Amino acid sequence: MPLTRRNFLKGAAAGSAVVACAATTASEAEARENKTLPPKAVGLLYDSTLCIGCKACVKACRDANDTSPEFNTADPLWDTPLDLSGSTLNVIKMYAEGTSDHKDQEKDGFAFIKKSCMHCVDPSCVSVCPVTAMRKDPDTGIVSHHPDACIGCRYCVASCPFGVPKFEYNTPTPQIHKCQMCRHRQAEGKIPACAEVCPTGATLFGSVLGLREEAARRRSLPAGETTTFSRKTVGSSDTHEKNTAHYLPHTYGETEMGGTQMMLLAGVPFDKLGYPTLPEGSFASASETIQHTVYKGMAAPVAVLGGLMYLAHKHTKHDGQDED
Amino acid sequence: MVTKTTVIATVLALAMAALLGYRFVFGLGAVANINNGYPWGIWVAYDVVIGTAFACGGYAMALLVYILNKGKYHPLVRPALLASMFGYSLGGFSVLFDLGRWWNFWHILTPGYANPNSVMFEVALCVTCYCLVLWIEFTPAFAEKWGSAATKRKLNKVLFVFIALGVLLPTMHQSSLGTMLVVFGTTVHPLWQTTLLPLLFLISAVSMGFSIVIFEATLVTNVYNRPSEARILGYVTRYIVWLMSAYLVLRWGDIIVEGKLDKVFSSGGLSFVFLLETALFALPIALLAPKANRIKPQMQFIAAVSMLLGGSLYRIDAFLVAYHRAGWHYFPSVGELTVTLGIIGVEVLGYIVFVKKLPVLHPVERALPAAATTAE
Repeated sequence: MPLTRRNFLKGAAAGSAVVACAATTASEAEARENKTLPPKAVGLLYDSTLCIGCKACVKACRDANDTSPEFNTADPLWDTPLDLSGSTLNVIKMYAEGTSDHKDQEKDGFAFIKKSCMHCVDPSCVSVCPVTAMRKDPDTGIVSHHPDACIGCRYCVASCPFGVPKFEYNTPTPQIHKCQMCRHRQAEGKIPACAEVCPTGATLFGSVLGLREEAARRRSLPAGETTTFSRKTVGSSDTHEKNTAHYLPHTYGETEMGGTQMMLLAGVPFDKLGYPTLPEGSFASASETIQHTVYKGMAAPVAVLGGLMYLAHKHTKHDGQDED
Repeated sequence: MVTKTTVIATVLALAMAALLGYRFVFGLGAVANINNGYPWGIWVAYDVVIGTAFACGGYAMALLVYILNKGKYHPLVRPALLASMFGYSLGGFSVLFDLGRWWNFWHILTPGYANPNSVMFEVALCVTCYCLVLWIEFTPAFAEKWGSAATKRKLNKVLFVFIALGVLLPTMHQSSLGTMLVVFGTTVHPLWQTTLLPLLFLISAVSMGFSIVIFEATLVTNVYNRPSEARILGYVTRYIVWLMSAYLVLRWGDIIVEGKLDKVFSSGGLSFVFLLETALFALPIALLAPKANRIKPQMQFIAAVSMLLGGSLYRIDAFLVAYHRAGWHYFPSVGELTVTLGIIGVEVLGYIVFVKKLPVLHPVERALPAAATTAE
């Protein structure tokens, strides 16, 4: 067969076009950058050093979102959620080390930590959801979930770098659950329930830029200096005075994954508090860079299909003659 | 038709049906051990990801015969297409019972809901189309059995479109199954997490496609006492050697370039499974590199099995073993495993019924001269 080599080369060229496209994904020029903060982005600032572990926010979250308590002690007397779950959208956990004598200290100390949705600037859950059941509000940046659209594939659960969205495994009609920053309350002009009830202002609601500024202010204060802390909303007149704790020089969520709209301050390293060390480039941008390089306008697949059809047509025609 | 194999396959299929009934009444957690740390279990990693890679025989052979014009492999196409048809259809079926809110499944293919940024959307759309294409590609077998010659001729006129799609679509979604993991970022161990995932998944899927053709042809030869196809299969083995060499160069090259070489030996149990993968991928190269070995049925079979195990381990590792959520654990439950075995049971049953009732295997009297003329 004199044509074998040429056909082989043609086929190899057509067949490897998609592969070639995939290989160009490393090129910087085509990369999908991180998404940017929406214009009216709202968020939460949680200050671990102010938190007294009263869990008023956990209770308020239950009332605001109509979730059931979870019991993990022998007698079901206390609401004791251990982690986020299908019925717990906000949880306060505790870090304890050694003698646990000192608050906000890594060695022989303890610290409280809040877990709830981070409302990422460039959320993985929104990127991966095949049916647009996870949506990011273009103005406020709130990441909301829409069960009426959801197919229950749990890609959001698997892909969230913070392990936030949770699925219900013990019902035939399961749903995904996660904090939606009380968007139903915000629609009524109220603030998220967790921020509203926090007695120390450890959870503070406000514009993301305002919260970032406040976080920077707190971090710049020398430890031990008395300062004023707002409750409920950043800059509110509901204040109290307290000595500043020793802050780590980092606002978690300012850069992680291209930024998150819930941010945290703490005196104990964040990886010790269950917040992973994450790069600045969002995982969604890495994934979408590949997806959109290969499938941009479907040009590459259509071109490859054309080549494949030409070859298949040519080779099956010959094949048919053979058989007749 | 009633043999030990068909009876076992039927029992497994019935057990699966019962367990799935239970799952649809009491929820996924009633049967499966998946949880909020490991929301995907073997129903995704095995039934869908490995299942469709095992079903790449039709893709690999179509690529060879119709695109690269290697007509001599034609007798291998139809059995391979059949296995692909079952593998993919059951992969699609597995997705359906793994979906928590399965009644909404049509959203994924509906404009207004569909999200083109989602790799899973691409996979779902592509796999659905490919299932249809496979059944169409296989229609000549139905036409030969029940249709007229005119029907078959008409069919042959348009079949090239579906053959082309039958090569394009698996190229797209088998690579995308790898891309699906990119968004997991640091949750997947660095030895598996790389932007080369789509390419590594694609190469290993095609290679698994060639291996399953060898695996099935060897079994069919022995079970149905047919003349050996070792000679023609010997030519197929070379593609496995090329593909696996490329795979290992890319995988190890990426690890070296990205400066992850230390992790190869310092990651405990993950180091072990990583090296085991490499060993299973390298064994076919070692066995089949000497040309004399390529026509030996035992060598072909061992190499194919090693390749299939390596490809499966790679996928299980990437999706489950190398996926880490602090404080969470996952190991499949007996019920979960039984469902997966039931899927395999249905596949085996369907394959046997189709092979016996439809013109799938090439007629024996043609097989001998066809095999003899393959020597170039």
